[in-house]
Amino acid sequence: MEKLNRIWPPALVLAAIVAIWWVTVNVTESVIFPTPAQVVSGTLELVEDGTLWEHITASLMRVGAGFALAVLVAVPMGLWMGRVDGAFRTFNPVFQILRPISPIAWIPIAILWFGVGDASPVFLIFIASVFPMIVQTAAGVHTIEKRYLRAAENFGVSRSRLFRQVIIPAVLPEIIVGMRIGLGVAWLVVVAAEMIALHSGLGYLIIDSRNAGNRYDLVIAGMIIIGLIGLALDGLMRLLEGLKQVRWRYGR
Amino acid sequence: MDAKIVVNKLRKHFNALPVVDGVDLSVADGEFVAIVGPSGCGKSTLMKIVAGFEQPDQGEVLIDGARVTRPSPKGIVISQHGSVFPWLTVQQNLMFGLNEEHKDHAALADHYAAMVGLKGFENAYPHQLSGGMLKRVEIARALVVKPEILYMDEPFSALDALMNLKMRNELLRVLGEERHTVLLITHDVEEALYLADRVMVLSPRPTRIQASFSIHQPHPRKLSSPEMQQLKEEILGQLGL
Repeated sequence: MEKLNRIWPPALVLAAIVAIWWVTVNVTESVIFPTPAQVVSGTLELVEDGTLWEHITASLMRVGAGFALAVLVAVPMGLWMGRVDGAFRTFNPVFQILRPISPIAWIPIAILWFGVGDASPVFLIFIASVFPMIVQTAAGVHTIEKRYLRAAENFGVSRSRLFRQVIIPAVLPEIIVGMRIGLGVAWLVVVAAEMIALHSGLGYLIIDSRNAGNRYDLVIAGMIIIGLIGLALDGLMRLLEGLKQVRWRYGR
Repeated sequence: MDAKIVVNKLRKHFNALPVVDGVDLSVADGEFVAIVGPSGCGKSTLMKIVAGFEQPDQGEVLIDGARVTRPSPKGIVISQHGSVFPWLTVQQNLMFGLNEEHKDHAALADHYAAMVGLKGFENAYPHQLSGGMLKRVEIARALVVKPEILYMDEPFSALDALMNLKMRNELLRVLGEERHTVLLITHDVEEALYLADRVMVLSPRPTRIQASFSIHQPHPRKLSSPEMQQLKEEILGQLGL
């Protein structure tokens, strides 16, 4: 019952949006802008000829590769910057300058360096997600409460145990927050990157549908699918917040 | 008796502010010494220096005759807010300080969990426990590594009044099973009188030892007895009350 109460208000808003959309298209007698029914039938068309899965898989693979690479670089880098003041003082200003540059601004450089293949979007996703994750991880190390570090010092444990049992678990909640932010940005960027080049992916689907005969039903279908997958990815990351090793941080 | 802890002419400033001003003190092996003083007098600073977390400007601290330069598992600190790791289970917390020299970590951890009354909670996470239980975890985690000294800095003052009284008895019971040298810092005169063999009174900052009282009453003590009341009056008098 409580679950139902949480679901119906947003469901109602969505239904209202669809209704307004439908009525507006009918009243204005637009030739190009599709009705919800046309979007659904367009989507089914893509499902039937199998291209929808190809586009989704292509986008997810690029995000997966770029994001995984970014995690592999950002977590060790963030831990190092968090622990070693010299490293923080050296690299933090650089990252603070690079971070606000929109990943979209990197597209020309990505094409110059990596061409129009799969490497370009992977690079862009890497660039987009690595900085927030580094910053979040380093900040996480800095906010470890001193009493825990003192206790570890008091027991005289080895460096490896200090990392495994104190620093990493203490920072893990921050790393997960960083990963959520990073993956969100990565998903934004892959679509943008695919609009510029390439022959697959959800971004390509949108641009191609418009260019090849004003198929706005497929444009909107692509947008909705992007939104739904983005929601699912965020939900996946939120599952990590339920791990029992980090529950201490997010409340019981 | 041999002196376990010797503090010689200890001085410490923070910038221009003198905090510890020539403290001399000696604690015998197995002795329970309480240090009481007004808040902000530098008690905690004194404790940090003795435990090796801070360096004095002058003077020295000797444990078994060797100069203290850094913290070691020989003396474990138990402080007001505690430092039980929230991301480890009770058992993992208790095993934290153990290394290759110790055999069967889990059995050792379980032994001390049982000693402090945590049996059945080995796999619980700290956020599932009450404040009093957390204190027990912290005490057990210290005992597991067989420290020679326990440094207790206002250990029970974050607990509610009843739990505070309960933990005093628990501590005495545990010390009855395994004797350790204890240095307790507190602002609670009754706590000091209830637990310690000797109570030292610190002066306001910059702090030095102002008076020392030996307490010979056997445990369990009755704070309402005339002798204890008399001692309490004298100590409070030293604190200017």
